[in-house]
Amino acid sequence: MVTTFNKEAGDTVQVTVPVNPPIINISNLNVFSKKEHILKNINIGIPKNKITVLLGPSGCGKTTLLKCLNRLTDLHSDLRLEGSIEIDGDDILHTKKDITQIRQKMGLLLQRPYPLPMSIYDNIAYGLKIKGITNKKIVGEKVEKHLKEVALWDEVKDRLKSSAQSLSIGQQQRLCLARGLAVEPEIILADEPTSALDPISSRVIEEEFLQLKDHYTLILVTHILRQAKRIADYVIFMYYGEIVEHGNAAEIFDNPQTTILKEYLRLGH
Amino acid sequence: MTLRRKLEEKFFHALSALFALFIVFVLVHIIWSIFQKGISALSWQMVSQEPKGGFYLGKEGGILNAIAGSFYLAIASTILAFIISLPVALFMNIYLIKYKRTLTGIRFFLDVLWGVPSIVYGAFGFVILIYLGMKTSLGAGIITVAVMIAPIMIRAMDEVLKTIPIGLQEAAYALGSTKTETAYKIFFRQALPGFATAVLLAFGRGIGDAASVLFTTGFTDYVPQKLSDPAATLPLSIFFQLGSPYDEVQSRAYASAIILIFIVLVISISARLLSGAGKSRK
Ligand SMILES: Nc1ncnc2c1ncn2[C@@H]1O[C@H](COP(=O)(O)OP(=O)(O)OP(=O)(O)O)[C@@H](O)[C@H]1O
Ligand SMILES: [Mg+2]
Repeated sequence: MVTTFNKEAGDTVQVTVPVNPPIINISNLNVFSKKEHILKNINIGIPKNKITVLLGPSGCGKTTLLKCLNRLTDLHSDLRLEGSIEIDGDDILHTKKDITQIRQKMGLLLQRPYPLPMSIYDNIAYGLKIKGITNKKIVGEKVEKHLKEVALWDEVKDRLKSSAQSLSIGQQQRLCLARGLAVEPEIILADEPTSALDPISSRVIEEEFLQLKDHYTLILVTHILRQAKRIADYVIFMYYGEIVEHGNAAEIFDNPQTTILKEYLRLGH
Repeated sequence: MTLRRKLEEKFFHALSALFALFIVFVLVHIIWSIFQKGISALSWQMVSQEPKGGFYLGKEGGILNAIAGSFYLAIASTILAFIISLPVALFMNIYLIKYKRTLTGIRFFLDVLWGVPSIVYGAFGFVILIYLGMKTSLGAGIITVAVMIAPIMIRAMDEVLKTIPIGLQEAAYALGSTKTETAYKIFFRQALPGFATAVLLAFGRGIGDAASVLFTTGFTDYVPQKLSDPAATLPLSIFFQLGSPYDEVQSRAYASAIILIFIVLVISISARLLSGAGKSRK
């Protein structure tokens, strides 16, 4: 396995300070599986209320990094984490706080939508109910608000009681976004959220992301370079488990420093 | 080359069709001969009356005792087994999901239990009965059969739960669900249509098994009124009637078999329909 990348003589890896103060601070994060060193010494701050895009070739550890942020890595006993991830000043890898509360700070969108096995309405009400919000009126209002937020309300308002699986994949993905927003997170994690969608549904999700960044911090993994260019404020480029370059979108796309990123951007066209 | 592949394809197609036909033929043959021998003895009296004085000599009466006993036994033990199996299957797929080796071990152990002959469960139940100083009874039979079918139900539920994608689990946790909420609010619902098959499989084994109830439930000519009464079951009733030298009683044994097959068939089909309805609602 190659673990080094070639730097051209005189290359300096960028250390641009993000405009907004970081909401997430990752320091010295290392992730090991039984056989591999998956993430290597990750040090990065994620700017608040911006769209941060994670780029990098397949298998470089983007999904793993995302899952570290809400500790979904707990589901795998073969992963070992070292270092710290501070969110709102809490080191979530070592905190004594309830993990379910920490996870509610983050909404998650996966490659494919996974609607809960219940009605459209209940998919959104579920997160509220487990938070202890049971007042029917309040729940009903929130369901409407968040379905409108993802531009799904008009399409489903007449069939809120039917199963979420009856929706199209694109609608399901927006439902999953709404469901995540209903628990009032600060951060939205999205792992290639448009990879299963047609171009139009993809654009709808992108538009929603652009609107959401006024109130939320978004972290997006994508393989679609054009998509990254359209919506990224901040870009992190990874290669074999390491962060090779990071910086404001304009700098990264217009003025890449390392050979490997130049190559990646060239091939991505 | 293409000709060889075509022939190969034809050959194996024909082969599997042949074997499938053979199985169907055997099944039809079994059912047919049971019907032939039993249909004449089938009557309303058979299913509506307890055995009268000379029933086993070919006189008046029916097998209501065994029909009722089998129903009580199979339904109660299936419910009991479900109550035991559901938490175990969910525990395996939620809490133990990280521990692949432990899981493999548990699955192997359950598969072994699945394969243990039912007479062993019967003997085990009998030993416990004696130890507790109890008599053969419906209650003892229910517990024995529940213990016997629980591994089947757990493994069948486990197979359904295994197919739930990790993404759904991640989505549930990402929303802030606890493990218990993930298990009972999400996994349970997702797996519900598949659970019907698990329950059916266990019920089928429960209602059709003779050996496990032989020493534990006993046999009686009356419909059991309480858990401490002994109870008759259809398989044992068939067994006793088949042992009779009288022709009438032997045809009644086949008639009883028809009734047992009918019950299993009705339950199978309705469970299929129920789970089918659950699936199409998605
Ligand atoms: N639970 C795990 N156990 C062992 N190895 C793992 C585990 N999860 C991920 N890995 C390994 O970590 C590496 C990074 O995987 P990851 O899924 O994070 O890549 P990725 O950048 O998201 O790739 P892609 O773009 O294809 O989604 C891979 O080599 C993978 O095999
Ligand atoms: Mg990935």
